[in-house]
Amino acid sequence: MIERIGALVVAGLTWAGEVGSFGLQALREALRPPFEMKELLRQLYDIGSRSVPLIAAAGFAVGIVMSMHSRSSLERFGAEAMIPTVLALSLAREIAPLVAGLLVAGRVGAGIGAELGGMRVTEQIDALESLAVDSFKYLVVTRVLACMIAQPILTTLMSFTGIIGGFVAETVISNLSFRLYFDRAFSSMEFVDYVPATLKTVVFGFIIGTVSSYLGYNAKGGAEGVGRASTMSVVFSSLLLILTNVVLVKMIIFFFPEQIG
Amino acid sequence: MSTNEPVIRFEKVSKSFGSKSVLQDVSFNIASGSAFCILGRSGTGKSVTLKLMIRLLRPEQGKIFIKGQEINALPARDLPPLRLTMGFLFQTAALFDSISVGENVAFPLRRHTNKPEAEIKERAREKLAQVGLESEYDKMPADLSGGMRKRAGLARALALDPSILLVDEPSAGLDPMTSVEIDRLLLNLKSERDTTLVVVTHNIPSARRIGDELVVLHEGHFIAQGTAEELDQSEHSIVREFMKSEGGG
Repeated sequence: MIERIGALVVAGLTWAGEVGSFGLQALREALRPPFEMKELLRQLYDIGSRSVPLIAAAGFAVGIVMSMHSRSSLERFGAEAMIPTVLALSLAREIAPLVAGLLVAGRVGAGIGAELGGMRVTEQIDALESLAVDSFKYLVVTRVLACMIAQPILTTLMSFTGIIGGFVAETVISNLSFRLYFDRAFSSMEFVDYVPATLKTVVFGFIIGTVSSYLGYNAKGGAEGVGRASTMSVVFSSLLLILTNVVLVKMIIFFFPEQIG
Repeated sequence: MSTNEPVIRFEKVSKSFGSKSVLQDVSFNIASGSAFCILGRSGTGKSVTLKLMIRLLRPEQGKIFIKGQEINALPARDLPPLRLTMGFLFQTAALFDSISVGENVAFPLRRHTNKPEAEIKERAREKLAQVGLESEYDKMPADLSGGMRKRAGLARALALDPSILLVDEPSAGLDPMTSVEIDRLLLNLKSERDTTLVVVTHNIPSARRIGDELVVLHEGHFIAQGTAEELDQSEHSIVREFMKSEGGG
């Protein structure tokens, strides 16, 4: 039993090491020409622009729900006026980065895992190499970078649509004006509330891009292997993202103690 | 015309996958401008031999020389120029399924030449016309039959006019007429452009038409090597059986 657990731990650590070195290689290669700008822009469109409807709709819905929950709690203390502030701070600091990360892990992680897995098992990656194209740079580096660039932008979009959703919920109940709502929402917002939390999503983008590219690029075993790569991309990206978030939040609080002040 | 100068040389090459040994101490030369056909039953390592030639796989032992350069000793930056002189038609065609057939053929031209867009498209159409697919430029690979995909893969492999063409099962999935057409195209490449052909095939009539030299791969070794006539007279019963089989793609 202990041996089996030990073997599992070793296998897990080996896997983590391989994924880590795969990601670091992607970062190193990103700095070395030729830069695959055309493919990077295509991936940014695919990963970023095409996620906009999902992120915007989810942010809007989350904003409405959070506003309703905040109202039911804050009403007890007669602090309804704080709803826009509480909503904006929660979205910017934690809700938007984490929810946007998990949504992108689901949509984009599965897509990258399946696309690269499909290319691997149908020899398309070998075909790229035979045409003197560095498949790692062309397929992996561009996807990892696109995830890292798109993630903070999508997170900001989610915060914004969440605040709008909160406004819609508030204005229906309390007839609050647009201007007053936004004044209250942003009056307590400071640099430390938005910037570190949004920048941490660059790490989330790195995790999603690296894990899903690793699993797709190294897929084996035909259609079943492609399916496995796609599913595992979502599972491992989401799990790693949640675990990394704990560490990143702790680091943000350590470097910006005023955030909890 | 063959210059008899080896453009591809294998020296005691061994390759295995896990415990399964695919090639054992295989050595051979392929002369520049010649057509070399690799025959053998399925799963004997014919495609592996082709992939070793372009470093999609690496051997455990032995050396592989392409145009005098040991391909596995080349630093990564020197590999693309060598690969640009080689074309590879994969067994599955391996067309990029997210872009059209024409864009597949134009892809290497866009990546590796500075030709204007109009010329690239013109060239891609020309290559597709060579394989009888001029009207399929805008179709997606998924909309083509297996044989058409194979021909489109050949057009892409020819896009940069390689001096060495590695072809994995050119007749597989093709009707006999198209198969003969493809053979004719390969022979034209050899005679007009002096292209060195390395062809993996199960199709013995095709191998007889194309090959200057034929080899039979069996259990990790080349058990026979020579012209089709020499192989017909081989002492090895497996070789004679194989040459008599007339098996199509």
